[in-house]
This record gives sequence, C-alpha cells and structure tokens, in this order.
Amino acid sequence: MANSVKESQEPKSYYQGGLHLLQKELMTEYFDQMTRAAEGAGPPAVYLLISGNPVELIRAFDLLPVFPEINALQIAVKHQSLPFIQKAEEVGYSTDNCAYVKADVGLWYQGGQAPMAKVPKPDLLLTNYVGCNVYLHWWEHLRDLSHAPIFDIDIPFIRTADGEPREEDITYVVRQLEELIPVFENISGKKFDPDKLAQVMEYSKETGELWAQIKRMTVNRPSPFDAYFDAVTMMGPLYTLRGTIEGRDFFREVLKMVEETRRQGQGPLPEEKFRLVVEGPPPWPNLRIFRDMFARWGAVFVASSYSTVGGLWEFGFSHDPSDPLRSVAMHMLKWNLTNRNFLQRYQQLKSYVDEWGADGLVIHSVKSCRLFSAGQGDMREYFARQVGVPTLLVESDLEDPRYFSKAQMRTRIDAFMESLEHHKLVGSGR
Amino acid sequence: MATTTSGIQEAENLSEVVNGLRNLFEDPDFQAVAEIKKLSGKPVVGHFPVYSPTELIYAAGIHPIGVVGAGNQIEIAHADSRFQSFVCSVIKSTLELGFTDRLQNFEGMLFHSICDPARNLASVFKRNFPDQWIEYIHFPQNMLTEGSLDYLESEYRRILMRLEELSGKKVPNEDVNEAIGKYNRARRLMRDLYQFRREHPDILTTKELYTLVRAGHILSIDDHIELLEKAKILVNKKTPHSRDHIKVILVGSFCEQPPLDLIFSMEEAGMDVLDDDFLLGRRWFTEDVPENGDGIRNLAESYRDRSVMAAVKHDSRRQKGEELVERVRKFEADAVIVSVAKFCEPGLFDYALYRKALIEAGIPHLFVEFEEKMWLFDKIQTEIETFVESLLLD
Ligand code: SF4
Ligand code: SF4
Repeated sequence: MANSVKESQEPKSYYQGGLHLLQKELMTEYFDQMTRAAEGAGPPAVYLLISGNPVELIRAFDLLPVFPEINALQIAVKHQSLPFIQKAEEVGYSTDNCAYVKADVGLWYQGGQAPMAKVPKPDLLLTNYVGCNVYLHWWEHLRDLSHAPIFDIDIPFIRTADGEPREEDITYVVRQLEELIPVFENISGKKFDPDKLAQVMEYSKETGELWAQIKRMTVNRPSPFDAYFDAVTMMGPLYTLRGTIEGRDFFREVLKMVEETRRQGQGPLPEEKFRLVVEGPPPWPNLRIFRDMFARWGAVFVASSYSTVGGLWEFGFSHDPSDPLRSVAMHMLKWNLTNRNFLQRYQQLKSYVDEWGADGLVIHSVKSCRLFSAGQGDMREYFARQVGVPTLLVESDLEDPRYFSKAQMRTRIDAFMESLEHHKLVGSGR
Repeated sequence: MATTTSGIQEAENLSEVVNGLRNLFEDPDFQAVAEIKKLSGKPVVGHFPVYSPTELIYAAGIHPIGVVGAGNQIEIAHADSRFQSFVCSVIKSTLELGFTDRLQNFEGMLFHSICDPARNLASVFKRNFPDQWIEYIHFPQNMLTEGSLDYLESEYRRILMRLEELSGKKVPNEDVNEAIGKYNRARRLMRDLYQFRREHPDILTTKELYTLVRAGHILSIDDHIELLEKAKILVNKKTPHSRDHIKVILVGSFCEQPPLDLIFSMEEAGMDVLDDDFLLGRRWFTEDVPENGDGIRNLAESYRDRSVMAAVKHDSRRQKGEELVERVRKFEADAVIVSVAKFCEPGLFDYALYRKALIEAGIPHLFVEFEEKMWLFDKIQTEIETFVESLLLD
C-alpha cells in the first residue's frame, strides 16, 4: 500500500551502478572530445538532430557528431537549464518556443560553455529533418548565429494509408545523401572511402541488433530494467557512438548485464507491482523526482515511445552494410518514431500495452515538444475509451523547470496508481 | 455569378461590396458552401492553411474551400480536450468545426506540413472522421537539390490521384493548366490590388483588401476573379484623401488570422499597412506559374522558386531577417508589426530572427500576440496606438 511506502525509501535499480558508470565513462570521453574540438584540437564538428540520425555518415568521415539536443538535456539534468532559457527569452524567444532550442541559443550566447563540456562551433549544420518541424527553425537560427554552412536533408513524412514511405521518397532521400558526400569530403578533407563506411555500418548494424535485444528483454516479468528511466541512459551512446567499436562494445556489455539481471529474476525495483507504458519525453530537470513518484508504487515502465525517436530497431530494423545509403535513408524515413504519423504512434503504444503486458499508459505531455504532445488528448481518448486501458495524462516540460509542479504531479500520479491498485484487487484490471 | 455574390456587379462603391462579403466567410456554418454545392453539384474539399495547391483540387472537379478555423464565431467545447492549452487556437477551432458537424458539406480536408500541431491534426481528423477524405502534403525543405522538384512533382501526382478517386474525374494535363491559368489570374489581380494599396492606402484600405482576398476562400475561382476585377474598377473611382499615418509592414499572421475587428482597428489606430502576410496561401507566388507544359511540374517548380518566404517554409538560399529588412527599405516603411498567433511556434521562432535583424538595421518594430478567438483586444489596441504615437512624434 502506498501509505506504507516512505518517500525516503528510494529504490535503486539493481544494476544501476554498472550500467550507469559504464555510460558515464563513455559520455565523459565524448564530452571531452567536444571540448578538445572547441579548443581547436579536434575534428570538424557536424551538428545534427537525434530523430532518425544518420550518424554513420559522419563517423565514416571521422567527423565529430554534435547533438544540441543531448547538450540541452544534459544541462537540464544538471539543473542548470533555466539561465540559458532566460537568456534566449531576453533576445526575443517566446515562453512558448521549444525550450531545447532556447537552452541551446542561450548556450550560444554564453560562448558554448556548458556544464559538461565546451561545445564547439559548427563546421556544418546538418538538418536531418525527421519529423520535427522545430528542427528546421532551430538550424535556421543556428545558421543565423554562426554563419556556418547548412545542409538540409528533407525526409518526407509517412502519410499514406499503407504506412510506408513511397518509392519516390526513398529515391529523393538517397539522392540527397549522395549530394551530402562531397560536402563531407570538403569539410573533412578526406576522400569518401566506401570500405570505411561499410565498417561503420557493420558496427552500427550490430549495435542496433544488440539494442533491439536489450529492448525486448523488458517483456519479461519482472522487467530487468526500466524502459524509460534506464533506457534513456543508453540512448546517449546509441546516438553519439553508433558506428564505432566503443559503441558496439558498450551494448555488448549492457546486454550481458541485463541478461544476468533477468536470469536472476531481478528488476530495477525490489518488487515489480505494476507494468506501465509511457509516451513522451521525460522531464529532464526533475527526472529523479518523477521516477520516484512511480517507484514508490512499485511501478516499472516496460516500454516507452521516447526511446524509439532515434530508431525502431526493436521492430525489426537493422542497418545494411551492403546498401549503406538506402539503408540510412530507410532509417530516417521509416524506422524511427518521429517520422511516423500520430496514428502509427497509437499503434506502437498499443502493441507495447498488449505484447509487453502493461497495466496502464502514462502520457507525459511536454509543453516544449509539440511533435510529441500536440493532440495527446485524442490519444488519451483512444486508449481510455476505445482500447480500454487505464490512461493518465500529466503535463510538464523536458527542459524548462518552471513547468513542473511537484505537488500536483504527485497527486495525479497517486490517484492513478490507487485506481490501478483497486483494479488489481477487484480483478478488473487487464 | 452565383447567388452568394449576386449584387456585386451592380454595386457602386467598394464599401458596399465589402460589407456584403463579410458574412460569406465569417460563418462557421458555411451556409455559402451548401449553396455553392447545390448549384455546382461538385464535391467540396477544405484546405487548411498555409499554402495549398488549390489548382489541383479545382482541376479534379472539386470545389476548394479555405478553412481557417472558426475565428471568434464558435465556442470550443470538445476540441480542447484533444489538443492542449499550449496549442494554437486555429487547430482547435478547426477540429471543433468537425465535432459540431459543421463540415458536413465537405467531402474531405487537406492538411500540409506547416507545423507539428497541423500534422497531428490531420491524424486526429482521420481517426475521428473515418468516412472523410483526409490528406496530408509533405512539402520539400531542401531547396538546393533538383531531387526536391522530382519529389514534389510525385507528391502532387499522388494528391491528384487521391482527388480523382474522390471526384471520379480523370484529370488531363490541359485541365491542370487551365486551373493554373485561372489561379494565376486571381493572384495577379490580388498582386495588383496589393500594389495599389501600397501606393494608395487611403483609397484601398486593409479592411477592404483583406475582405476581398478572404472571400476567395469560399467563392469559386471564377466568382473570385469577377469580384477582384470589379474591385479594381471601383478603387480607381475613389478619391484620395491625405492622412497622417505611419507606414508599416505586417508579418506573422500567415496562418491563424487575427479577429477581423482587430485587423480593421489597426488601420484606425493610424497605420497604413504597405504589405502583410494575411491569408498568404492564396497569394503564395511572386509571379505567374507557367501555363504551358507540364502543369504539375510547373507547380512544383513554382513552389521552390517563385514563392513568398514564410515561417512555414525553409530555404537555405535565403535569409528571412535580411529579406524583411530589404522589404522595409524597398517599400519605405516606417516600421514593422510582428503579429503572431498565440502558441504559433513557427511565427514565434521567426520573430526572434526578425527582431535581431530589425534591431541591427535600426528599424522600429512592435510585437503583438493575438488569438483568433479574442473578443476584447483593448490591450493590443493600446499597444498599437502607443507605438503609432511614438513614431509620429519622432
Ligand atoms: S519540438 Fe521536440 S523533437 Fe523538436 S526540437 Fe523540440 S524537443 Fe526536440
Ligand atoms: S497558427 Fe501556427 S502553430 Fe497554429 S496551425 Fe498555424 S502554423 Fe501551426
């Protein structure tokens, strides 16, 4: 019962130490590379976005991928986002603009000095426009600030009844990738080496397959890790180091750890009482607090849509070293969450609820991110009324700490969990 | 001319014409649509802002109706449980039109890749109105590759095929070119009228010009052309009078529209609007789309190379801030009004670019945020009046 759980009892994930430490080591090295590049001692920096990112192409030229979204979220996790956001608001950005962009613009005005690294200026702004329209604005603004060259990769959205990209879409994207290669050659001063790309693609393929296996582990009872709070830890290396041997090795190691946890019948909490699916990005500025609000009920997230923005490997995608450009194109067009339409997302969440055996759905509606949130009221309606899954919608933000109301959040979550508990007791749960 | 616009040909002056038009589009029940439909026997497709290839809808034998939400004409009772408080009003009011059966006379709705809420709205329409024809166009955003032309051409062909399915009419290239010719004609007339207002803002007011353009969202293209031609004749009959107004360019209202009375009151506050981006979709091209050759290819090429810059279009060959500054200089405007719909992320982002460029260029500007559903806008009016006064005193 909730009342018997004390707030101070913060359950720790079983493998927390190992996984998080390993991740920290890798990410620290990555951030050090950024700092070195910012100080002029590193490879040219290519800015790109998370959704369906084509990091393989950047790795194939030994360029440094820089993800302003990762920088923004790191700043938020370190509780330092607000001054950066306010800086951007001072120069004309609205309270209603995506706060990732604002934190990043604020960072620009502060000379790129972030808590975890100094961020190098871009040598190329690569707009992988995969779903989010804000991406186009964001990079347009970075171009205005930095005067760096820009290359837009336009990815047609999934919009036809069969839920597939059209052949013309694929041709269009492949063509843009072909045109991107000389741009990379120019910036890196290196000739394109197909063998090198094939090698990167090999690592990437293996990494994706490992990640898919890891993600699939959460169908177990108990789930060996939390598919939201722990999955996000693995997302950093998945994007920054995909296509490298270090990245591949990290995921090999993680799979081993997760398998071991599962073998021992353990999970992130002492006892898994509820299995939940979650939609939407996490509230980075209050990650721990948010996690605790569920953990005290013994609730584990067994699947999350957010962990698939970078790619949908768990549903069968794998990079193909024998046809690299087409495979990168398919990754961006089809095999990620953000380029799929809203109703496809409903279906993805529904398959999580059904196949992962969830007791309920939590929708974290993020003000900043309308790509995710616009229309989530309709999603709630679909799940609560049509599918018949207990569904909770809570609102806050992924970057701006001003939109997290702790007391209110907790009351909503407690009420939801109480009703789930009641369902279970009277046997009317799913 | 259809009954909806009867009387226009006989009208003696522009204000008579304009006054008769307001209830044509300020009607959430779309009574005019029912009437047009009865007369023409054609199916109807609504198109959401901003830019929509109405030529294709028309060529397919379908009547295109511009659906720009419901202004302040309806109460949102259902749609606000689907789209959150931080989503702009036009998304919700458009959905509300559907929920309240006001789109009954529409066979379908067409949406475009302007922003994330509009895209999700297309999906929400699909789920909630499964019998409707719902389509979504992804416009290309890489303007540097020839691939984007091939892509957009194929996208238009796909949409045309879907329109053909709806109307049952097979559309030959001649019909597309004929449609382009008509829409070119209307756009040319609108460009002329914009030019006229720039030169004689005291003769052709923003209120009148706005109404003339907006009427085209409902009228058939033939009726709209007739209306614009009549207006051109009538403005030339009016006599000029001098007034002490500041000259402004207004940007940011390309999608959700401010309440009509707010638009009209800007002028009363002492501003001559030399250029604006109201209802931009119908005036998207800066010159004619070629009327010979492959119509669909020409439309695609025009999107890329003959279009107005807007917050919902990205073109790495161009700089939005610089272009605005150039336009201010070219038209010899005194100031810029950036008028953005509340929660409109594209518009709000562009404001930051504009602000920087305008400050660097030493051009005064005023930023105002509106909502279509506003009834009272004293605060904005006061801001505008104060701004006008401060410039007049300068
Ligand atoms: S709107 Fe969402 S996906 Fe887009 S940049 Fe902001 S947080 Fe990222
Ligand atoms: S007003 Fe702005 S946010 Fe709203 S639908 Fe239009 S472009 Fe999108």
